[in-house]
Formats: sequence, structure tokens, C-alpha cells
Amino acid sequence: MQKTVPVKKMRVSKPGSDDHSVQKITVYRVICVILLIVMALLFMFPLYWIITGSFKTKQAVISRTPELFPSQFVTTNYESLFQKPAFTWLWNTVLMCAGSMILTCLCAAMAGYPLAKKKFTGRKIVFSVFICAMALPKQVILIPLLKEMAFLKMHDTLWAVILPTVGWPFGVFLMKQFSENIPDEMLEAAKIDGAGEIKTFTHIVFPMIKPGVGALAIFTFITAWNDYFLQLIMLNDTRVLTISLGIAKLQSELSTDYGLIMAGAALGSVPIIIIFLIFQKFFTRGITMGAVKG
Amino acid sequence: MQLTRNMSKAMKATRRRENLSAYLFLTPALLFFAGFVIFPMGMCLVTSFFNYSMTDFSFIAFDNYVEMFSDPTFGKSLVNTIVIVVVSVPTVCLFSLWVASVIYKMNSFKTSFFRCVFYLPVVTGSVAVTVVWKWIFNNYYGLLNALCKTLGIITKNVNWLGDPAYALWCIIMILFTTSIGQPIVLYVSALGNVDHSLVEAAQVDGATNRQVFWKIKWPQIMPTTLYILIITTINSFQCFALIQLLTNGGPNYATSTIMYYIYYNAFKLNRYGYGSAMGVILAVIIALFSLAQFRLAKNDR
Repeated sequence: MQKTVPVKKMRVSKPGSDDHSVQKITVYRVICVILLIVMALLFMFPLYWIITGSFKTKQAVISRTPELFPSQFVTTNYESLFQKPAFTWLWNTVLMCAGSMILTCLCAAMAGYPLAKKKFTGRKIVFSVFICAMALPKQVILIPLLKEMAFLKMHDTLWAVILPTVGWPFGVFLMKQFSENIPDEMLEAAKIDGAGEIKTFTHIVFPMIKPGVGALAIFTFITAWNDYFLQLIMLNDTRVLTISLGIAKLQSELSTDYGLIMAGAALGSVPIIIIFLIFQKFFTRGITMGAVKG
Repeated sequence: MQLTRNMSKAMKATRRRENLSAYLFLTPALLFFAGFVIFPMGMCLVTSFFNYSMTDFSFIAFDNYVEMFSDPTFGKSLVNTIVIVVVSVPTVCLFSLWVASVIYKMNSFKTSFFRCVFYLPVVTGSVAVTVVWKWIFNNYYGLLNALCKTLGIITKNVNWLGDPAYALWCIIMILFTTSIGQPIVLYVSALGNVDHSLVEAAQVDGATNRQVFWKIKWPQIMPTTLYILIITTINSFQCFALIQLLTNGGPNYATSTIMYYIYYNAFKLNRYGYGSAMGVILAVIIALFSLAQFRLAKNDR
């Protein structure tokens, strides 16, 4: 009897008996999953539009009836993109991200260990200052930062982007979270065996927090790649443009050559998406561990 | 007597050594942090009291702040910013909670598939995402106008980004797509960590799924919700790249936000002092919002 009750009626019936609520959830679940798939398609659409757009002809791109699938594949957009210094932009971006990544991981791994495992004077204060700074808007400090970089003669060099990225305390916090998991017994055993501080760090602490360092590395790389505002303020010279700045420049110079702009956008996003997909497990863990709780 | 004195001496020495080594480990991070975060923050506060431009650097006390509150464009930017925050923060939170609650029980392949898809706009990068949306919204060649016409929603092309009635909503929509990735990741892991014995006990007692969710899971994921609220608020307040690339704050400042207006004053008009003063106010507003959310969440528990 239960099974013959029309689904619609069951959805409006109030939750009472167990059978009803189970049935109701199934229908609800199906609707949810369908909605979810629709949303997922919508979220993938911009990327699809970038990639197909980059292969469209000039006519197709400014056609008033856009083609959902390019009727004709051409590579002219990429050819004209590479007549511009697109490889330099990409190389600058990779250098900048790699520099930020290495320095951040090094500094943060070293700082996270004492914050988690050593009882030193002023630990609470140092840690609270790190946390409080994270709650502040980091874009607000760009004005004095630009002046500082100009004073240090570092503006228009990649260092102007790398140094502030390394200074941001998120990495220190993340490494502290990972270092908490090191068992105290291991550190004590190392001390009894006569290992010095540096040896303890390189032989015990570092291997233990390696997954965390991996997470931080990929996180920093992706964040640095996409930190458009910082790059916009610090880098003006054509020699040091990054791929993000390059795409923005293409857009402002040739506002309707969408094929070429999309080729730039594809060049700027596809490599980082591939990196993300390869390392996404690390990345997810980094985000989860980096959440300040309570 | 001698023995205890020696011991305390030894303890002091150990302690001094611990301090020394701890600070040595901290030195690189502290140097970068002090040099490129704390120092500029302090300078931001200091320059906010100066008339600081290419040619001038003179102390004017609170004049920048006084000017700000009589500047209609600042007022408009503040209102726009608050609209963005008030609309996007709850939608991001609720939508990501919904997505997470649908996907967290799927098998691990499907969960990571959906997690990746919703993270995609973040990884794609604000510039790439913005240029493609600019094309989609284009008055003449955009997909949106063509689509809406085919569906019969509109009869004439709409200039989405050029019309004050739509421009801000377009920006909020794009901001939404680039904001939900991280909350979903956090919610999926939080829901996975909910104490299962409590859920089972409630089910045995005949609680419906909805009751289980709101009475058992919701309080347990509260810390995550709080964290998501705060990071989403901070990010929405700082919305900049989208605006600079899509509309330049126009039409007629309809999409100008505080962050964009700071950029405009500091880097287009070279009014560093005025820009810094607005930066200070923005930081204060964000701190107040975060504090309020913190209080609310604490009371809720």
C-alpha cells in the first residue's frame, strides 16, 4: 500500500511515520543532486567559454548569435598571443610563485615549530599578533608597501610581490597547526640522544610536518599566481609583467578581440588548474587545517 | 641549599637556551612579518593623518577623516560595499552548506569531483574569470543577451555592466562564484567530523533528518560556520579585482566599493594620505563586523 502513494502527495504530507520521512528524503535527495549537477555545469561554464573562445575565429567571437560550440577551430589567437611577450609573462609568474613558495615554506616551517612545541617567553603575544594580523584586510597596506618598496629600490622587480607574500602570517599559523601533532616524546628522546636544535628540526620536526609543508607550498603557489591586486600595484615595467597583468593589459588595449583575450586567459589559468588538480588533496588539507576554530 | 640553588641556576640556563633557540627559529618569519606587514600597517595609520601626495607631505590631523565623511562618493562606495557584504555573505554560507551537505556522504571520488568544480573559479584566477564574464555580459556580442532574447525574457539588448540597475548585481554574482570554493571544502570536512554516535542516538529516538541536522550537526559545525562567516566577510569587503577589470567603479560610481575607491584615490589621483585614512576606516569596519559575528555565534551556542 505504502508504495502506491503518489510521490507528490508524500512530499506535502507532514513528517510523521518513519516510512514517509525516508521516502521524502529520497525524492528530496534526487532533486538536490539534479540541482547540484546543474550548478556544477554552470560553474564549469566560464572555463569552457574561455577555452572554446580561444579557438574561435574573429567573426565568430563578435557574432551576435554566439556559437555554443565553435563551428571552426583556428589557432590564430594563440599565434598572435605568442607574438606578444606571453612567454615572458608566464616565466615571470612562475618565478614569482616559486620564490614566494620556497621562502614562505622555509620561514613558516621554522616558525611553526617553536610556536607549537617550545615554552618560551612571549609565545602568547607573538602568536596573538600573528592571528590578529590575519583578520586585517591585507590590501589596505598596499599604499605604504609601495612606498617601502620604492625606498628599497625593489618596486618593478618580482621581489616587491614575493616579500609581502612571504610576510603574510597564514603560513606560520598553518605550520603551527601541523607541528602540534609532533609527539613530545620524540623531541625529548632526540634531546637525550644529544641532538642539537638544528638536527632535531631537520631530522625529526621537518619529516613530521612534511605533508603540511606540501599543503602550504601548493596553497602559496596558487594564491601568489592569482594575487592580481598586489601585482597590479607593484609591477608596472613591461619586463616584469605577470600573466594576470598581461591578460588585463590585453583587455584594456583590444577590448573586443575576445578570441585573443580568451587565449591569454587560457594560458593564465590552464597551467594553474592542472597544478591544482594534481595536488588537490594537499590543497584541501591545507585549507582545512588552516581554519582558525572558535 | 646549595643543591637547590644549583638546580634553579641550571633551570634558568635551560630556559634562556629555550628562549634563544625559539627566537632564532622565529627570526626569518618575524623579519618578513614585521617588515612587510606590521610596518606598513603602522605607516598606513600614520600617513592617514597627513596630506600626502607626490608633492606634499604635511600633517593635517583628522582632516582626511573629516573629508571622507563629507565625500558623497565615499558614502556611495560604503553603501555598495555593505550591499555586497550583506547579500554575498549569507548566500555564500547557505549555498556552500547546502552543497556540502549534499556531497559529503557521496563516495570520495564524487565528493572531490564536486569540490574541485566549485573551487574551479577560485583557481582560474580573478583576471581570467573576469575577462570571460565581461564577454558574456557584453552589450552586443555577449552570450547573456543572446540567451535571454532566445528565451524571450528581454526584447532589447541590455547593457548589463553599463546600467546602474544591474551592474552591482553582476559583480555580486561573479563574486559569489569565486567565493564558495573554500567554504565548501571546510563544510565537507566539518560535516565529516560530526560525532556519529550522537546522530545515531537521535535517530533511534525518532528524530527526523531535519531535526538531526539543526539540533545535532549544526551546533557541532558552528566553529566552522563562524570561521567561514569571517573569511567571507573579509573577502567581500575587499572586493577589488572584479570591479577594476569589469566596470572601473562606473557607471557613475554605481559599482565603486571602498577598496576600489582607495585604489582610485591612492594610485590614480596619488592621494596617499586620503587613501590610507579610508584604509584605516575599512580595517575598523571589518574588525567590528568580525567581532559582531563572533559575539552572535557565541550567544547562539
